[in-house]
Amino acid sequence: MRVGVLDAQGDVYENLRAVRSALKPAGKKADVVRVSGAAVKDVDALVIPGGESTAMGRLCSGDGSLDLIRSRIESGMPVLGVCAGLVLLSKGVTDSTAGSTGQPLVGALDVDIVRNAFGRQSQSFEAAISMEEIGIKRYNGVFIRAPYVSRTGDGVKGIASLGGRVVAVKKGAILGTAFHPELSGDHSLHAHFLGLL
Amino acid sequence: MISTHGNRPDAPGLVRTADSVRGSALVKRGMAHMLKGGVVMDVTSAEQARIAEEAGAVAVMVLDKLPSEVRRAGGVARTAGVGVIEEVKKAVTIPVMAKCRIGHWAEARVLEQSDVDMIDESEVLTPADPKAHIWKWDYTIPFVCGARSLGEALRRVEEGASMIRTKGEPGTGNVAEAITHVKAVNDMIRHARSLRDAGDMQGLALAARSMGAPLHLVEEVARSGRLPVVNFAAGGIATPADAAQMMSLGCDGIFVGSGIFDSSDPAARARAVVLATSSWRDHAAVRRAQGMVDERGSMGGIGGEPDLRMQEQGPQ
Repeated sequence: MRVGVLDAQGDVYENLRAVRSALKPAGKKADVVRVSGAAVKDVDALVIPGGESTAMGRLCSGDGSLDLIRSRIESGMPVLGVCAGLVLLSKGVTDSTAGSTGQPLVGALDVDIVRNAFGRQSQSFEAAISMEEIGIKRYNGVFIRAPYVSRTGDGVKGIASLGGRVVAVKKGAILGTAFHPELSGDHSLHAHFLGLL
Repeated sequence: MISTHGNRPDAPGLVRTADSVRGSALVKRGMAHMLKGGVVMDVTSAEQARIAEEAGAVAVMVLDKLPSEVRRAGGVARTAGVGVIEEVKKAVTIPVMAKCRIGHWAEARVLEQSDVDMIDESEVLTPADPKAHIWKWDYTIPFVCGARSLGEALRRVEEGASMIRTKGEPGTGNVAEAITHVKAVNDMIRHARSLRDAGDMQGLALAARSMGAPLHLVEEVARSGRLPVVNFAAGGIATPADAAQMMSLGCDGIFVGSGIFDSSDPAARARAVVLATSSWRDHAAVRRAQGMVDERGSMGGIGGEPDLRMQEQGPQ
């Protein structure tokens, strides 16, 4: 089994490490590898890391991987989108100050996103969140210029919220978080993701 | 998990509320981690910022003059105007950085009030304090600082820098100094590792003393084999191949100062440097990126010794 971390831009290495650390608690064996371009076809699950969603979107539309990821997700491949990764998975994006962004997206998850929703970097924060739905009671959420989910479509479940805002979603084998599980040192969310395989 | 080694939990920049914390080392260093594999571009206007974002920049750095223009203009170079920073903040959705003079904490406070996402305490501007950098733990927003050696990098981390970049020689279009600086850092990291592997703690303590860095940070570097914060390349990167070369030397990402907007083909060059930085392992992709720019349009630059060595400005 191969788990890929999309290697366009962002904290790829940190996600590789987190997935590798989660293999044992999840009781799974897998090769965890960087993937980009056409190689996204050859993985059994994909993590889209944190980073800048505009930069990642432009690179992945340039090499064709945006379309490949969409068709793999439509045929059931589990995917975890972290922050910028969640933005890329969504169908519609606005920025909290600049408005509609018109940026390239995978668009496989029927949610709308507001980017930089909690403010600029001065407002980035850590806060305890709960994801009871997937059996994680307490989790240190690291929110960096974070987005939130402003609309969840049919079948999409909000699994974490903060101040009434949805910050993590799940639909089948699609998981998205506005925060950074790869930075928290807690691998329970990555272990849950591996459990979807 | 990323390193929060050297964190100061009682630092004034760290703001605790009932249910959250802002300005922690995790949140400040974490932001720099999100820029990895990407390109931060110097811009002097909202229009340039839009071109940078459209090309796939991960952040923009606002200046009044590009480093190459600072060289041509001479005189004192200071932090960017409040107005242009506001215009750029409105124009793009990616992080906006700005530079302050080394040791000029009042300029840094102005930038903090402007709510930029990161401050570059930069030798490109004329240093304000010949002896001291800013104590960066006092701020909720992160700082990036330049370094030419491991000792210098760790002194900046001790002061609270959340990100390091090579100094290189800004505004020259000559990548040689940036290469020299990252190799110097890498060599010292390898040296520290070898002392640790040999169990020579006294050797490590002597190395820390001679490089003028705190032992606990040198020990952390010897243990992990890397800086406790992200390390980018800066100072002289002008072409896609320059960016690929710096990435292959172990840099986490790229700052391009004058290289893009002092060229004759900024939009295409910006896209090309982004592609080469992301795909540096793929020689064919770097060749494609080089094909997107016209070498006759690269910044003229300075091949030999520049009149002003910005890397030597201010305390080291």
